[in-house]
Amino acid sequence: MAAFSPAQVTLNTAAPAADAGAPLIQTEALNLHYGPARALKDISITIGERHVTAFIGPSGCGKSTFLRCFNRMNDLIDSVRITGAVKIGGQDIHSPDVDVIELRKRIGMVFQKSNPFPKSIYENIAYGLKLHGMKSRSDLDAAVEQSLRSAALWDEVKDRLNASALGLSGGQQQRLCIARAIAIKPEIILMDEPASALDPIATAKIEELILELKKDFTIVIVTHNMQQAARISDRTAFFYLGELIEFDTTTKIFTNPAKKQTEDYVTGRFG
Amino acid sequence: MTPAPHNSKRTVGWMGIRRGHKARPAEWLAEKFIFLVSLTAILMVFLIFVFVAREALPVVLGRMNSAAFRPALPDEQVAKLNPAELRDYLGLTPKEFASLDKEAIQALIEVKKEEAKEAPKSPDAKLNTTEARYLFGPHAWSGEAGGRYIWQPIGTIHKYNLVPLIIGSLKTTLVALLFAVPLALAAAIYVSQLAPPWLKEWLKPAIEMLSGIPSVVLGFFGLIVLATVLQKVFGYESRLNAFVAGIALGIAVIPVVFSIAEDALTSVPRAYTQAALALGASKWKAAWQIVLPAAAPGVFAAVVLGFGRAVGETMVVLMASGNASIMSLSLFDSTRSITATIAAELAEAVFGGHHYRILFLIGAMLFIVTFLTNLAGDLIMHRLKGRLEGKG
Repeated sequence: MAAFSPAQVTLNTAAPAADAGAPLIQTEALNLHYGPARALKDISITIGERHVTAFIGPSGCGKSTFLRCFNRMNDLIDSVRITGAVKIGGQDIHSPDVDVIELRKRIGMVFQKSNPFPKSIYENIAYGLKLHGMKSRSDLDAAVEQSLRSAALWDEVKDRLNASALGLSGGQQQRLCIARAIAIKPEIILMDEPASALDPIATAKIEELILELKKDFTIVIVTHNMQQAARISDRTAFFYLGELIEFDTTTKIFTNPAKKQTEDYVTGRFG
Repeated sequence: MTPAPHNSKRTVGWMGIRRGHKARPAEWLAEKFIFLVSLTAILMVFLIFVFVAREALPVVLGRMNSAAFRPALPDEQVAKLNPAELRDYLGLTPKEFASLDKEAIQALIEVKKEEAKEAPKSPDAKLNTTEARYLFGPHAWSGEAGGRYIWQPIGTIHKYNLVPLIIGSLKTTLVALLFAVPLALAAAIYVSQLAPPWLKEWLKPAIEMLSGIPSVVLGFFGLIVLATVLQKVFGYESRLNAFVAGIALGIAVIPVVFSIAEDALTSVPRAYTQAALALGASKWKAAWQIVLPAAAPGVFAAVVLGFGRAVGETMVVLMASGNASIMSLSLFDSTRSITATIAAELAEAVFGGHHYRILFLIGAMLFIVTFLTNLAGDLIMHRLKGRLEGKG
């Protein structure tokens, strides 16, 4: 990739939030070990409500791992050990009285590779709703339609809701996954490189969608694409080798970073 | 670019590199060899079927006659027969007939008369019991009031009713599948989705090791241990029966179903499970509601193969079923399967005789049933797969 200067980056035009927002996610001295390897080092961060926060950094810097701490997806890996606190709305999510299922209901997730279930489009959205106790057919119909509309997918799929989700294009599948995540009305949506496997047009649609969703949800997005971070996020965190190097408004990170490493990375000198 | 000279050899292609198999003869040879090997497998299946079916063919075509009593013609009528009719009357092949001289044929005609004199006088002795209505339908034998299904191949009257054997096979197979499929699927779901890795490393080989137990050992276990234990628990009358055989058979079926179902479940992308967990599903719900439906084609294939194994297994059933060809729908009566019948009786059947041919007939039937089951299973599997992939 050719190096680009900060001036070439189109910054978030949708009026980036100037303030830090009401704190929603906080981590305090978070350390994460994969067996003997320390993947995250003393990370303390405060993420504001109804903001889009982007995590950037070179591959293997721990940004995806960090994202997965917020909904405890790292629990699934046996060798992972976590110290320090992750608080969501002031509540420590590792405390024994937190039910991980309730937690994941509050925090939706969209993965790098679109992963709709091998079921119908309708069933994909309805699954999470049914899981959390919605039974009436009319409620389900309404909720499915609403979340598909929110994900800007309704017009494309309304005539084939009962067709398999695997028949959709890659971009549509990813928007379906977003619709599935927002159907259960989470407070936070975690996105792990949601557009990295998509073509530019599908990517643009996803980005538009993220800016739209920002009104109702707090979004944390991991991305490899710095222009994408610049376009859609309010605040950007730069990670390097498991450490949080710098966290500030996106404008500041891309135009006037405080740290040399950040500057080197956003100007494309490494990474 | 200059055009290639007209006299350039055809095997020398672009930039002088040899094309096709001449470029890589070793790979070409290896490929052809593997192709031949796979072709041999198909050929073997076909040849085995042809062999079995050929032995059974005379019964199907109605050329066999098992009647013990066949009337002998008076001498003057025999004298009038032309050679073809005479050959037929004596039941000889053209080759045999040609090799015999006049005296030998005369001796055979005498033997025929002796036979007719000494044959049992019961009206049943006149019946050709290899006809389809005796093979599949009930028959009221002389001295009996109602029609009965009887398999009694040895005796003056050969009773070849196949229904008790078919029912015997179905009963044991049904019990085996009802017992094995739920257990094997539950184990497969647990091992592939829920078990911690260290436990999985123990469980998977342990269950698959079951398939390494020789079926004669399994039959012995069923005969000695299972039969006694099950009789104590359920308190039925005959110790060896379809139920015991089915359970023992189930132990043989479990590893087959488990192994294939486990593979199918494991090959469901982890991304599905992750998506379900991220939506707030428990591990169990993700396995049951997402992974199992996604693995449906493979799980279905596992059950079909399990059926094939259950229907074809011989030794376990032979040892644990009591091996009595009783016509009964009860699971707790002794029973006899098609496979056990073939194994037990083929050695004592006269080569080329009606009993021998009937045994091959049921062998061919078994072959066809397994083939059709696999075919239907394959079709259903493809449909399921198509539906999952959004093509159907």
